[in-house]
Formats: sequence, structure tokens, C-alpha cells
Amino acid sequence: MDFKLNKTHLLQQEMFRRFAENEVKPLAEEMDETEIYNRELLAKMHKVGLMGIPYSKEYGGVGGDYLGYALAMEEISKHDGSSGITISVHTSLACSCVDGFGTEEQKQMWLRPMVDGSKTGCFGLTEPNAGTDAAGQQTKALLDGDHYIINGTKIFTTNSGFADTFVMFAMTDKSVGTKGISCFVMDRNTPGLVVGPNIKRMGIRAASNCEVSYQNVRIPVTQRIGKEGEGFKIAMKALDGGRIGIAAQSVGIAQGALNEAIKYVKERKQFGKRISSFQNTQFKIAELQTHIDAARLMTWRAAVSKDNHENFGQNAAMAKLFASVMVNDVCRDAVQLMGGYGYCREYPVERALRDAKITEIYEGTSEAMKMVIAGSMKIF
Amino acid sequence: MKIVVCIKQVPDTNEVKLDPVTNTLIREGVPSIINHDDKSGIEAALILKEKFGGTVTVVCMGPPQADLALREALAMGCDEAYLVSAREFGGSDTWATASIISAALKKIGYDLIITGRQAIDGDTAQVGPQIAETLGIPQVSYAEEIYDIEDGNKVIVKRQFEDRYHIIEVKMPCLLTALAELATPRYMHAGGIIDAYQMEVKALGYEDLKDLLVLEHIGLKGSPTNVFKSFTKQAKGKGTLHKELSPDEAVEIIMAKLEERHII
Amino acid sequence: MSKDIYVLAEQRDGEIAKVAFELVGEATKLAADLEQKVVGILIGDQIKDKAQSLIEAGADSVIVIEDKMLAEYVTEPYTKAITAVIKECDPEIILFGATSIGRDLAPRVASRVHTGLTADCTKLDIDVWKATPEDAGQKLLFMTRPAFGGNIMATILCKHYRPQMATVRPGVMRKLAADHSRTGEIKELKVKFVPADMNVVIREVVKEKHKKVDITEAKRLVSGGRGIGSPEFYTTLQEVADMIGGEISSSRANVDAGWIDRERQVGQTGKTVRPELYMACGISGAIQHVAGMEGSDCVIAINKNDTAAIFDVSDLGIVGDVKVIIPKLIEALKKYKTSPI
Repeated sequence: MDFKLNKTHLLQQEMFRRFAENEVKPLAEEMDETEIYNRELLAKMHKVGLMGIPYSKEYGGVGGDYLGYALAMEEISKHDGSSGITISVHTSLACSCVDGFGTEEQKQMWLRPMVDGSKTGCFGLTEPNAGTDAAGQQTKALLDGDHYIINGTKIFTTNSGFADTFVMFAMTDKSVGTKGISCFVMDRNTPGLVVGPNIKRMGIRAASNCEVSYQNVRIPVTQRIGKEGEGFKIAMKALDGGRIGIAAQSVGIAQGALNEAIKYVKERKQFGKRISSFQNTQFKIAELQTHIDAARLMTWRAAVSKDNHENFGQNAAMAKLFASVMVNDVCRDAVQLMGGYGYCREYPVERALRDAKITEIYEGTSEAMKMVIAGSMKIF
Repeated sequence: MKIVVCIKQVPDTNEVKLDPVTNTLIREGVPSIINHDDKSGIEAALILKEKFGGTVTVVCMGPPQADLALREALAMGCDEAYLVSAREFGGSDTWATASIISAALKKIGYDLIITGRQAIDGDTAQVGPQIAETLGIPQVSYAEEIYDIEDGNKVIVKRQFEDRYHIIEVKMPCLLTALAELATPRYMHAGGIIDAYQMEVKALGYEDLKDLLVLEHIGLKGSPTNVFKSFTKQAKGKGTLHKELSPDEAVEIIMAKLEERHII
Repeated sequence: MSKDIYVLAEQRDGEIAKVAFELVGEATKLAADLEQKVVGILIGDQIKDKAQSLIEAGADSVIVIEDKMLAEYVTEPYTKAITAVIKECDPEIILFGATSIGRDLAPRVASRVHTGLTADCTKLDIDVWKATPEDAGQKLLFMTRPAFGGNIMATILCKHYRPQMATVRPGVMRKLAADHSRTGEIKELKVKFVPADMNVVIREVVKEKHKKVDITEAKRLVSGGRGIGSPEFYTTLQEVADMIGGEISSSRANVDAGWIDRERQVGQTGKTVRPELYMACGISGAIQHVAGMEGSDCVIAINKNDTAAIFDVSDLGIVGDVKVIIPKLIEALKKYKTSPI
């Protein structure tokens, strides 16, 4: 078992690193302050292949794998958590539904533009009354001849402020519970699809995240992904992969914050010495790096098991659970290491701390992760 | 149109630090990169190919690890790559290096050759012009912008000087040395990287080139210049502080320092 | 036997470049060590009357090559001209300015005549090199120049090929005071140029100064901090910068106050710079700033406070008021520029 990356992954990682430092880092602070995601940056990310890594060249994707995608997520998130989630929701959630369950026509029509650099996708599952209890969907899709009419509201749909392609979920048969949910795909300009303003949040402020309402949205049955009733399964499968992305995002945010703190302690002098020379500082940094490395390896394991077509759900949930708790601890300590300056918005660690919190909540709360893990361990 | 770009893999000398104890350079852990000017050359070539058609071949003379630089060039979009490497080539100065690369270029064939102006480790800016002389083709160095290619073989290029520029028309086959300003290099594509490692980097060693080379013109023995010694500049000591000067005295001391450091 | 030190007197529009006079000045020292002569090479169109200025700067003689084709610099005709001088005169050493002309021309010439060339030298010495300790040794030109991005210095030798060639960094060597009483031989060398020598077409010549506003590229920086008192003082600092061929920069506080562009900010959250000269004017030297400039070759700091941290990283520290000292410095610089040298 080789824990080292192969040459292809190493060179991809190098490209991701350079892109993140040169393109993402200079914009991160401003995007966070203005709460507006830079559309030129989004276009650049599409252009270098950041938005379609684990998808086949057959559909215009990069032809890479989940490990490569995890590397991208980490490098980008080191400098900006908002950019990380933008890539992740698009790649792991929106694209995977079409890729995993779409017909050939649907893949050409809806997947191709999302992975070849043309369009951005989003994923509408969560509702005001359906979070962890995703089965409690109230959005309805009524069959009318060869069309569906969709009514309902989704909340916290990341990327929806500018996404071109909307993958979403609605009840086609309320009487059978989770087996009555179906998956649909549509274009932003479909009449009746209304995107609300950006929701003001504690962190990942630059990421677009809005309420989306579907008011008598009429779409042909050819825009249903998978069979009627398969929606819940499709959503859960997507989220399994998404967790690897969030784990990688957490590792990135944490490593970025620690790197800044390390830079700072090597320069900051108090009591006539660099504070990096104090054993307390050294011990703290050693601990933090150890935890980040542990999370990284769990993330890589989850990614590789997915790439090897193994049952990876438990691995992904464990990686996400561990990494999201870790990143909150690491960022808190990174701010502490930098003292008063760490609390200032001029330095990026306070943003890392604000960004970190959401990783324990979205794409399955930590509590939900424990449900998944215990279920997988068959603890009833 | 066959465009051949000559590149060099160099240590990122902006990241090199001085060990304050031993006063020597810390070379470990310094990343290797494609020299900046050369990378702009690759980009310029790719733009010309997109506009006018043809192929872009990238050539690198270096040790085996220079393979990484060639993969990067392929991942940017180059069509083929050659690594020119052999024990016999080691220790070459710019004359010998130009002899070797010229032999490789003769074997590969070319219409337009683009090299970087200057590498950030050797800092000589000599190899490009010396290749052009060895091949007997015109050179335009300090190329800041390529305006056009007319009639399929005339390159119209902006040649920079300190106080002016020339707009030059030069017929292929010819050689340009690229300034970093010539083009802003694109990133490698994530999928291009996968492709790059599935392509072959062709090797050109001594056996492949010896018929085009003069043995006396290569390697350490074939180099007209050699390094007598190298040393690091003096580490910065603590300077002098003047507390009680009048403004005029202060200005005198500043002027003396400026003169001493050849600022004026 | 090769002999004498030749200097290419680079010219544009008939004006000989300052670097040529610097090299002639340096060549006189080297020639004295070798007990040989200094010869200027003047190439251009209708340029002969400028040759005397080279004699007055220290050359013992000047070779002039004139042709219409040499009016504006193009590689091949100039290469042909220098090659002709080498074939005719067998120089021991030829020096070129490390300019956009010299660094295009010298390598082509060196390749054509198969000799060694060392680039961008900052120090030249004549010394004895011995192959073995018992060897009698030969006097060679020891050429020292920066490498590895300026992180190390290397001394290069060209032992067995002639001429020993070097391009020399402008602004480093000293030109001598012009001696109007000096005389020397000014000789024309006839070189036959054919149309094929003009192997490129100059479609247009556009004269303009090359402007760079990237402070990380500037070789000299005049930087202002809180102590400059007002945004208008940057204009004063710009005057100093213009006179020493540099740019202005700033610490963070003034950038935040809107006194100057963020592009000019030096420091942890700004840019890292390593110029030859960093003048810190009214800058306290907090670590956030120093981290961005402590790699500068030479730091001159002026600050009212004698305990300012900037003095810990300065080569020359002056306790004083920048608002008084800088205007006086400008006067002194103006006087220096106009005094005859």
C-alpha cells in the first residue's frame, strides 16, 4: 500500500496549488466582504478543468478520479472555503446525479455542459421543513400527461444564485414516504423557477446560497432523472460522494489556517524571542498538524475506495465527521496562536474559522454522519 | 508550421534562501519549475498554433528529472516532447549547450524556434542567440509581442530595447527569444495532465545525436568558459546608526552611501 | 598573439551609451595590469566624429566601422562588423555593455568565432591562473557575475579561447573624467556589407521609455510610512525615485488611509521586495513591514524615533525628520547630476 501520490496526481496537485495561490487567494478576502462570488474566477475554474474532475472524457469531463478531486478541494480550500463548496456542490452533488442515473440522452444534454466547462450546477434537496429529515419533502411533482408540474420551496441551495442547471428533488407519491421522491433536472430559465437573494451567513459568505421556489414549474418527463421513486436513493448516493468533498474542504481550510499561523509565529517576537521558539507553540503546532494529517488520510482512503468501486459510504461519513470537527478545532487554535492579529479581518485565519463551522452541518450534519456510521456498523 | 520551443527546468531561485549559519544556499526543498521566459514561449507557440495551425514541439536539455518540465508543457497543450539528456552533455557552458541543442533541433526539424530570453539560474541569456548562430538562422531577441504571421512564413514581432522598440519582419526559419511579457502562460488542464502522462517523452541521447555533433564541442571539456569559483554574497551585518546629525550632514552621509553602492 | 582590450561603444541615434564610457574606464585599469592598450570599437552610420569622445574617456585608439546598414541596430550586420574586427586585430579581450544590444550581439559573435562569453559581469580583474601549482601561469580576465537569480556570485574564466569576451552590467564600472587633451589613433575598418546581411526588415522604429510599475521588479525603492506626514509627500519621494531610477512604495498604514495604491504596499499582507536599494522614509519597521523588505541589498532608513525597529535591519540609519532631509537630498542629487564627471 503506497501512501504517496502517483506522478499524475502530483502534477495535478501542483496545478491546483498554483491556481489556488494565484487566482483564488487574491480574491478571497474581497469576495467574503462583498458576499459576491467572482464570476470570472468561476469561469477560470471551469477552464482549467476544476469542475469536472471525476467525470469521463466520453462526456467532456476531465477523466480523473475522486482522489484527484479531493486534492483539488484541499488546495482550493486552503485559501477559500467558498470556492471549495462551489466546486464541491457542482461536482459531487449536481453532476453525480445525472452521471449515475441519467439516460444517455440526459447525460449528453445535462452532464456534458456541466463537466466540459460550460455550465454550473446546483442541488436542491433541503427544504425549510426538511433538513436531516430529508424524507420529509413537501415539494410536489404532479404528473400531467407527459409533463410534471412542480411546486415547492428549497432552501440553502448552494450555487443557485448563478447556476445554469438545477438538479432537484420532489414528491411524486406522498403515500409511500421516501420511496415517493423523484429527481429532476432543469435549466435556470424554466418559467416558475425563482431564485431568492443570497442568504446572509456566518461563513463561506462568498458562496451563493439561496432559497429557490418552484411555482408551477412545468418540465417534460424526459427531465426526470432515474425512475419515479428513485429520488431518495439518488440523493443519498450523491451525498455519499459529496462527503468526501467536504472532508477534503475541511482538510484544506485547516491546513491553510495552520500554514498562516506557522508563518506568523516564526516572525512574531515577544519577550525578546520568536514565539515559535516556545515549546508550547511547537507542541501545539505538532498536535494540529497531526490531526490534519489524520483527516487527510481518512479523506484519501474514502476517495480511493470510491474510485475502486467499493462500498465507501462509511469511509466517507467517517472522514467527513472527523475532518469537520478537526477543522473547527484547528482554526480556533490557529486564531489563538496569532493572538489579536488572528482576530483581525486583515489576516485570513478568522475567515477560516467562520468558514469551518458549516462543515459540521451541511451535506449531512455530524449527527447524521453518526447515524450513517452506526447503521453501517449495524448497531441497532 | 512546426514550432519548436526550447525550455529549461530550473530551481525556483525566488524561493532559494541563504543558511545564516553556513552562509551557503539551501537547495533542498526548492521546487523545480519551467523557466519563466520559456513558459511564456510555450504559451506564445500555443496561441500561434491555435491561430495559424501547425504543431508545437517542446525540447528540454537536462537531467532525467527534467521529464517533469516536459510533462507540464504537454499538459499545457504541446503536441510532442523531447528530453535531450546524456552523461556526455554534463558540465556544458552556453556554447556547448547551444551545440547540443542545435543538433537536436536539426534532427527534429523546425520552422520557428522559440527560446526564453534568460534562465533564472544561469542568468546568461546566451543560449538562444548561440543556437541561432549555430543553425545559421536569423534571431530576434527580447521578443515582447508577436503580432502576426504573414504569408505562412513571415513573423512580425516587437523587439524591445531600453529606449525604443522595433517592429521586425523576419522570415522562417528563424529564432525568437521570449521575454516573460510575450504571453501569460495558461495553466495546465486537469485532463491535459492525465493525457501528458499517457504520451511518450522522446529521449535524445548521445548515440541519437552524435552524427550531428562534434565531440570536442560538448560537455565540460568542450566548454570555452568554466567556473573558477562560486561564493555567496556577504550576509547582512548590522549597519550604522547616526543620531546627532544636522539635516545637511545627514544628506552628505546618504549621498556617500548611494555612491558607495553605485546607485548614483 | 592576441592583445589589447577592445570595448564596443554601443550607440543609439549617434549617441554613445553611458555604459561604453564606463567600460572604457574599467578597461584602462585592466590594460594597465596587462601592459596593453584600450581600443574602442565604434559602429554606426556617419559616426566617426564621435570617436574622439572615446579617446578622451581613456581609449588609446578607436576603430570605426561605418555603413548605412549600421544606423539602427540589427544583429547580423553588427555581428559581421565585430567579427571583422576580431579577424583583423586578434583582441585579447572584448567588453560589451550588458544591454538589450550587447546581450543580443555578444553571444552571436562568440558563437561565430568560437570563443567564451561571460554574461552580466559586475567585477573584472586581471589575475594569474595556474593549471597546476608548479605552472608559471597565465594572466587571465577573471569575470565575476551574479547567478542563481542573484543569490550567488560566480567567477568565470576563458582559458584557451580568444578573445575573452564579457558583457558588463551598466552602472557598475566607473567612467573616467573626460580628458580633452588626450589624443589617439582613429582608424576606419572597411567591412563589405551585402544586402543579404540585412536578414530582417525593420518595419518601424518607435522610441519610448519602458515603464514598469511593478515594485517587485524595481531595483531601487523609495518607501514612505506614517512619518511622511501627508499623501502629497509621495510626490517628493517620487522625485527621489526618478533621480535614482527607482519606484515609490509604501507601508500598510498609508495604503489603508488611501494615500497610495495597494499595488505599492510592501509587507506581510503586501508584496515582498528585494531591491538593490530600499529607502525607508518615516517607516517604523514593524515586523509586518520588515518581513516584506529585509532581503534588500542595502537599506537606508530615516526616522525621528531612535528606537524604531527599522534601524535593526538598516545598513545606514539616520535619526531625523524625513520632511526636512528628503528635500535637501533632492537638491544634493540635482547638484550631483549636473556636475561634470
